[in-house]
Amino acid sequence: MARIIVVTSGKGGVGKTTTSAAIAMGLAKKGHKTAVIDFDVGLRNLDLIMGCERRVVYDFVNVINGEASLNQALIKDKNCNMLYILPASQTRDKDALTQEGVGKVLEDLSKDFKYIVCDSPAGIEKGAHLAMYFADDAFVVTNPEVSSVRDSDRMLGILASKSKRAEENKEPIKEYLLLTRYSPERVRLGEMLSVDDVQEILSLHLLGVIPESKSVLNASNSGIPVILDEKSDAGQAYSDIVARYLGENKPHRFIDDKKGFFGKLFGSK
Amino acid sequence: MSNDTKKTSYNPPALEFKSSTFSVPVLVLSSDDLILIEQQLQGKIRLAPEFFKNSPLVLDVQEINKHNIEIDIVAVIELIRKLGLLPIGIRGGNAQQNENMIGLGIPIHSIHTSSTTVETKKPPKAQIPEPETKDLLQTGTTLITHPIRSGQRVYAAGDLVIVAPVSPGTEILAEGNIHVYGALRGRALAGVQGNTEARIFCHDLQAELISIAGNYKISEDLNPNVRNKPVQIYLDKHTLVIKEI
Repeated sequence: MARIIVVTSGKGGVGKTTTSAAIAMGLAKKGHKTAVIDFDVGLRNLDLIMGCERRVVYDFVNVINGEASLNQALIKDKNCNMLYILPASQTRDKDALTQEGVGKVLEDLSKDFKYIVCDSPAGIEKGAHLAMYFADDAFVVTNPEVSSVRDSDRMLGILASKSKRAEENKEPIKEYLLLTRYSPERVRLGEMLSVDDVQEILSLHLLGVIPESKSVLNASNSGIPVILDEKSDAGQAYSDIVARYLGENKPHRFIDDKKGFFGKLFGSK
Repeated sequence: MSNDTKKTSYNPPALEFKSSTFSVPVLVLSSDDLILIEQQLQGKIRLAPEFFKNSPLVLDVQEINKHNIEIDIVAVIELIRKLGLLPIGIRGGNAQQNENMIGLGIPIHSIHTSSTTVETKKPPKAQIPEPETKDLLQTGTTLITHPIRSGQRVYAAGDLVIVAPVSPGTEILAEGNIHVYGALRGRALAGVQGNTEARIFCHDLQAELISIAGNYKISEDLNPNVRNKPVQIYLDKHTLVIKEI
């Protein structure tokens, strides 16, 4: 049986798709057969981030409607042969997704794959609900600012009460916090919430911090998941996260300000 | 293809059923004299014409049937309507009367108060123990060990004890006391059924709103001295008192 991971946040623009692409690639690179599904029907982006937009023939909605088989719709990644992408439909909307349809697709994928990463759309409506409904693990992507933290908190409430696991009274979804677009310098200047601030409000297991980085935008534009950019801080941060998720013990990085050393020496106190 | 998606499209619910209790006047008849009934009913209406104007009414014929008095029930309904009242039901009627009422489109209500007829006696008695035990359970303490997340709402019929943080954008309500062994960042309302003795205790006060028996304070009105501190909140002559503990 595959482990189903939902990458969710409530708020838009925090880095769900970037994270989904990076995590899926990371898991596949570690030798686990992984599928990543774009649940953002109508606003599909994952194929762009994964650089496979020119190879989309069939999509998730076609599979749900029985117009194409899973094998026809799944796109094999060109960088890693253990990774497959199931793109969203751009011409439909979220109403094209049904609970039975999504359940069936996930069940079929489970037979063949080790990990299934569900890239949730923003919001708490149908698309986001279906993305998280069947999940075993949730990666809650949060930016260090109050509105993102509150939306994540709302999403956590929904994960705890409206998932399949919650409805069937099974062990709840495992929730992990991913803090993205983190800038230690701005935290030091008091312009951004710190890891501790966010942790205090969400009280959640921190899987990792991804620093604000130019490499993320570059990676998106070139259609290569940022995790493959091994020299970049964001790429390394995602590698750490995948390693931690798989049970390796990696110390947290990118939380402290690199320039903080002098700040501490010559700071006000 | 497009038809398929239409079929499976998500429709928000257009209706839902809810249960409500209404307070409706019941007209208990003890005579079969239509003229007498009309005179006395008119007299009552004259005392409070606004109250009785188009007022719904349930007709109770239990007394009459107990004394085996024959009454033209259809004529009574006509009489009631003529006087500007709207009959919405009958209770205590016999089989014939009930049938007549259904014919007029008037629903039959069963009697839940202590009744003298044999067939209605048993069911209420059997039902009594259930709500009682429920009450006992409900007035106990509700314990919650997981964080209350934004958008969630918790209601406790008795005391509410939360050993986790309560996030902003939440609402925790209790008929009794509220204890939060963590940061209280949402809305906390104790004594929601009017218990002025109820108190709120919390480890770290950052609430959006606190209320005891309807007396409330919003975040902006909280004294900075008690913010981010362990406090208890109680009512002293309709004034909320927030004290550090």
